[in-house]
Amino acid sequence: MSAAKVLLVDYGVGNLLSVSRALQACGGAVEQTGDPQRILAAERLVLPGVGAFGGCMEALGRHGLVEPLRAYARSGRPLLGICVGMQLLFDEGEEFGRHVGLGLLQGAVGAIAPVDDAGHRRKIPHVGWSALQPPDGRVAWSGGLLADTRPGQSVYFVHSFAAHPSRPEDLLAVTDYAGCRIASVVGHGAVLGCQFHPEKSGPVGLTMLRRFLSL
Amino acid sequence: MREYPDAKIDCQMANIRLIARLDIKGPNLIKGVNLEGVRVVGDPQEFARRYYEAGIDELIYMDAVASLYDRNSLDAIVRHTAENVFVPVTVGGGIRSLDDVGRMLRSGADKLAINTAAIRRPALITEVARRFGAQCMVLSIEAKRTAPGRWEAYTDNGREKTGIDAVAWAKQGVELGAGELLVTSVDQEGTRRGFDVKLLRAIADAVSIPMIASGGLGAPEHLVAAVREGGADAVAMADVLHYGRLSLSAIRDAARSAGLSVRQP
Repeated sequence: MSAAKVLLVDYGVGNLLSVSRALQACGGAVEQTGDPQRILAAERLVLPGVGAFGGCMEALGRHGLVEPLRAYARSGRPLLGICVGMQLLFDEGEEFGRHVGLGLLQGAVGAIAPVDDAGHRRKIPHVGWSALQPPDGRVAWSGGLLADTRPGQSVYFVHSFAAHPSRPEDLLAVTDYAGCRIASVVGHGAVLGCQFHPEKSGPVGLTMLRRFLSL
Repeated sequence: MREYPDAKIDCQMANIRLIARLDIKGPNLIKGVNLEGVRVVGDPQEFARRYYEAGIDELIYMDAVASLYDRNSLDAIVRHTAENVFVPVTVGGGIRSLDDVGRMLRSGADKLAINTAAIRRPALITEVARRFGAQCMVLSIEAKRTAPGRWEAYTDNGREKTGIDAVAWAKQGVELGAGELLVTSVDQEGTRRGFDVKLLRAIADAVSIPMIASGGLGAPEHLVAAVREGGADAVAMADVLHYGRLSLSAIRDAARSAGLSVRQP
């Protein structure tokens, strides 16, 4: 079997080496580029992101990648956003002001509240390993990105902002962080995103990346 | 194991993180006492891989002499680690500029622990947080007890006094944009007598970002005390793991039986 081709979007932010190495460890043939033409022609795309929503959108804009990413997503080929890369998939984000996102998933990204409903303070950012659970009323994942993931398995998060999908069916996994329900895996069709870092989540994360490479 | 019937936990955050701290000198993993008197333990790469396979939650690489010689030799080690270790890696020691931060991130580091350079120029904390995100700006504080309830921040791997109050500095660091704290007790480091729990508590009460306790873990109850009494979110372990005094799974089991939530790899 030939290696699954995957294109890692390089727009000057984040730790691409780790994502790239993890995809390679999962059998991916990784190409790292910021070339819009290459992106439009990709078989499979990973969009990383780190730092602030606005800064990342600006960087995508500078590299002329906003429209190519939208066009790629319309093609129905698989796209995986990681961390802020997942947040960018949504309509808008509010981190140091309101910013327009890629609009590939309906919903917005907002700050995790620093206190819970009972008034207890919540440490921000959410850093560390937290468990994935199927959203309300479901007991397991039957296919797609999470086909080989078991409810309760932990993955590595580091974030202060979280996404709020408007369509309930776009929420694929949730994570409780000190009483706050985090959208940890989202997706609509082939547009997928995870709030945590699969490339830093040990064997559980690699399992997910392997699934992505088989989509 | 001791019990803490009166201990208050704010509320369950993420799992308590178990972190292996690897102090590096040149190509070697080393270990000292009170951050001094180092001896070579082995090849950091081998240890990192072994800890990953045993289910470590994170790794910290600390270049022990970087500040002293104005250099940082960790690039190659970190780059190599990213090939087969898929958990977060924090790098510290000798990170002085935004360029250093960018270089280490490109080498595969996820977070940078900065002490000396931040004390010399606190604005660096803000610059790193703005440019690369607060999540990668770990303020490393090396604290030495000066009087009951008072600690002084040290630089250069516990060698130089600063006259700065460690708790006040933690608070200022958070205001400047640090996303996480690595708190090392110079007094306890390498002694295996437990963390300086009072120091941890004083800092935890002053800030509301995650805190890693470092320096002194010799037995599982030290971990429990750091979390329950000290308010730590993560513990860094060195000696106890490097010399195989306790296995990671024994530490994990002990934490769990004390009621702490840890990741089941």
